[in-house]
Amino acid sequence: MAGQFQKHKLGAAGIGGMLGLSMCITLFFPSFDFRSGESTWVGLDKTLSNGRVIGFSYEDPLVRGEGKPTTVVLNKDPKTGEAIDPPIRAYVYDAKAPLSAGVRHPSNMGPTVGKLSIEKGKIDQANDSDPVVFTIEATDVDGEEWHYVNNATVNNGWTAEAVLNTAGAESQYLIGRGKTVYITEGCWWCHTLLPEHTQDWQVFGTPPFLGDFNGEMPTAFGSDRKAPDLLHVAARNSSKEWMTMHFFNPRLVQPNSIMPRFDYLWGKTDANGKAIDFSKWRAEYNDYVSGKTVHPPEVPEYAPESEARALIDWVLMSLR
Amino acid sequence: MLLKLLFAKEEDIPPGSATIFFGYSAIFWFVVGTGLGSFNAAKLAFPDFVTGTEMFAFGHMRQVHVLAVILGWISMAFAMTMMYMTPALGNTKLWSEKLGLWNCFLWNIGLSLGLFLLWIGITSGREYSDLIWPIDLVVLVAVLLPLGINVWMTIAHRRTQGIYITNWFFGACTFMVMVTFVVGQAPELFNLTGLTEGYLTFWFAHNVLGLWITPVAAAIAYYTIPKLTGNPLYSHRIGHLHFWAIIAFYSTPASHHLLSAPLPEWLKSFASVEGVLILIPAVAFVANILLTMKGRWSMFVENIEIKFSVTGVLLAIPLNMQGGFQQTRAINWYVHGTGWIVAHAHLALLGMSTALEIAAVYFGLQQMLRRKLYSLALANFHYWFYIVGFCIYWISMTIAGLIQGAGKVYEVPYIDVVVAEHPYMIARWVGGTMVFTGNLVWLYNMWMTAREGTVLPKGRYSHELAYER
Repeated sequence: MAGQFQKHKLGAAGIGGMLGLSMCITLFFPSFDFRSGESTWVGLDKTLSNGRVIGFSYEDPLVRGEGKPTTVVLNKDPKTGEAIDPPIRAYVYDAKAPLSAGVRHPSNMGPTVGKLSIEKGKIDQANDSDPVVFTIEATDVDGEEWHYVNNATVNNGWTAEAVLNTAGAESQYLIGRGKTVYITEGCWWCHTLLPEHTQDWQVFGTPPFLGDFNGEMPTAFGSDRKAPDLLHVAARNSSKEWMTMHFFNPRLVQPNSIMPRFDYLWGKTDANGKAIDFSKWRAEYNDYVSGKTVHPPEVPEYAPESEARALIDWVLMSLR
Repeated sequence: MLLKLLFAKEEDIPPGSATIFFGYSAIFWFVVGTGLGSFNAAKLAFPDFVTGTEMFAFGHMRQVHVLAVILGWISMAFAMTMMYMTPALGNTKLWSEKLGLWNCFLWNIGLSLGLFLLWIGITSGREYSDLIWPIDLVVLVAVLLPLGINVWMTIAHRRTQGIYITNWFFGACTFMVMVTFVVGQAPELFNLTGLTEGYLTFWFAHNVLGLWITPVAAAIAYYTIPKLTGNPLYSHRIGHLHFWAIIAFYSTPASHHLLSAPLPEWLKSFASVEGVLILIPAVAFVANILLTMKGRWSMFVENIEIKFSVTGVLLAIPLNMQGGFQQTRAINWYVHGTGWIVAHAHLALLGMSTALEIAAVYFGLQQMLRRKLYSLALANFHYWFYIVGFCIYWISMTIAGLIQGAGKVYEVPYIDVVVAEHPYMIARWVGGTMVFTGNLVWLYNMWMTAREGTVLPKGRYSHELAYER
């Protein structure tokens, strides 16, 4: 082989060079644009309510929504008792919930937001193993309003326990766990989270902004739309009752829907701890469909620990 | 049988063993993948078909269909063709049959495990990168790396002066798919989030098609068509134009999948322009192959492998015409996210790519088993069920997509679009089921070939012998 023209060596160099150039253009150059994206309130809300990662992770290997924060709506200060009007969201991380991707790496939230969150928000004083509460605060920088993450445990003296007690069970939302259900049930194979630059705006609302994703994982945009876009669905329909019926059996509220039934997300028991008899429910529903009865059977009320509850929490709180 | 060969000495393993095991594995996964596709399509037409069980919900089955087809059928068929074409074109033997067998064995195990986890909902939630990162590492280390090493080493140990165009593709694509895979899974491995994650998801989804599935399928045609017709390739130079144009142009258009996401506008425009340039390699490829057929067009009717191959090449014409233009902003706003794209994706995977692979699997298995195909009648049954089923699927989904696009643009309430699409959803299910049925027949035909096919005399190719059934 010595001295022979080595065609494959020349070719390998050519392939490497061309692929390197295309990766430079499609990966390296855009990375500057991505890094300079400043997080909006939507982006901060997502990263704080979702937790570290949705989907398979160390804290949640079976993808059951473990290790996620709880989002609460507060209308009074848990420490001083002062009224908060309008009510704000607080994000409670217990000892099992690792910090969100945004708090973990503040540069994820953008250069200015990250800096504000450290200097004013003191998020660098939070850690994975201690309970901590975050809020989103606004401040003025050079005449412009900026949102940043505030470590309320340090700055306001709010403990996780006090925040949960003040909010009460009815104002707690399992958003991170709900998005986990969206991922595991493969909702994004049919629904998108990305309205387009078309007449879509009229029906599904505006496309997302640059800073709406910082620290979110996965984004689950979806590409194959067999069903409506959901990015702003709760702004169109915020009825919990409708959502409950629709998830249990979509054809109760929309006879022509081709969405699968998600009754199995209710689990074994309903809100009162009573066992749900699915086969009886289906038989009664079939009677209703075939015209033997006038009314469909009642949809069982979901239990607070059910996946259905988490999913509806996420839809109503996050997709606005 | 497989276990015995896995632990045999390299020189005791009969040449072609890796090809045979990869070939039958690929056909098996094709049956599984299309079966799942048919099942899912039934659910889209009749939503209460098998309802209320988490394991059989659409959202649990859909990703299993996608990855069984991409990683099971298509990629294993590629591995199978690489196991026999690369050495044949280098006038040598496969660098390591043993590595090939281990590759096949671990690939089947890893894929089964990954698909099972997806099925029960253990997923990363990233489109086309659904496998969780431990399985991603298995795919990289046990699937892609051994395959690449075997191909590269076989090319390096060739006994020919030049490298034929097929081997250029094989060597480059096995490398590029690895790079694509590692970069695409980086968000899971390194916890990259936000828009970076969204972009890399589609960077992977585009490049796995553009740098792996379509070019390797085209490379297969560069082997099968000249080999079976006996005509030399029309122009090796045009083949190189195809090859270098793919690497230069088609490694860049990823962001045309996300035209409505807040990505940098310069990146989207760049991607759209590069996306149109796919027409250069596409025209080079199609023209080159069809000109090679000169004087042998009767084989399109008479020879089953040529029938499949030429079908695949002809399907590359609408594939690239659609692909080049549908990703420009002028057209994408109408068809984005509709069934049109589903039809286009199946045109690439089930049409162009699969047809070329089926031909290569038919041809390669007969050579390596040293047996003539069991039945031409069954093979023709397979062809017609495949092509008619595919066309029903493709046409019905294209129409459904245009309806959806119109509904989107004219602000029709979404449910009315669902109602209007219903007949096409039934047609898609019928088409998919026909493809599945054809594949069952194919599996039977290949099984019988291994058992009862006429033994090929030494020095003869299968297509030189007459069929007996």
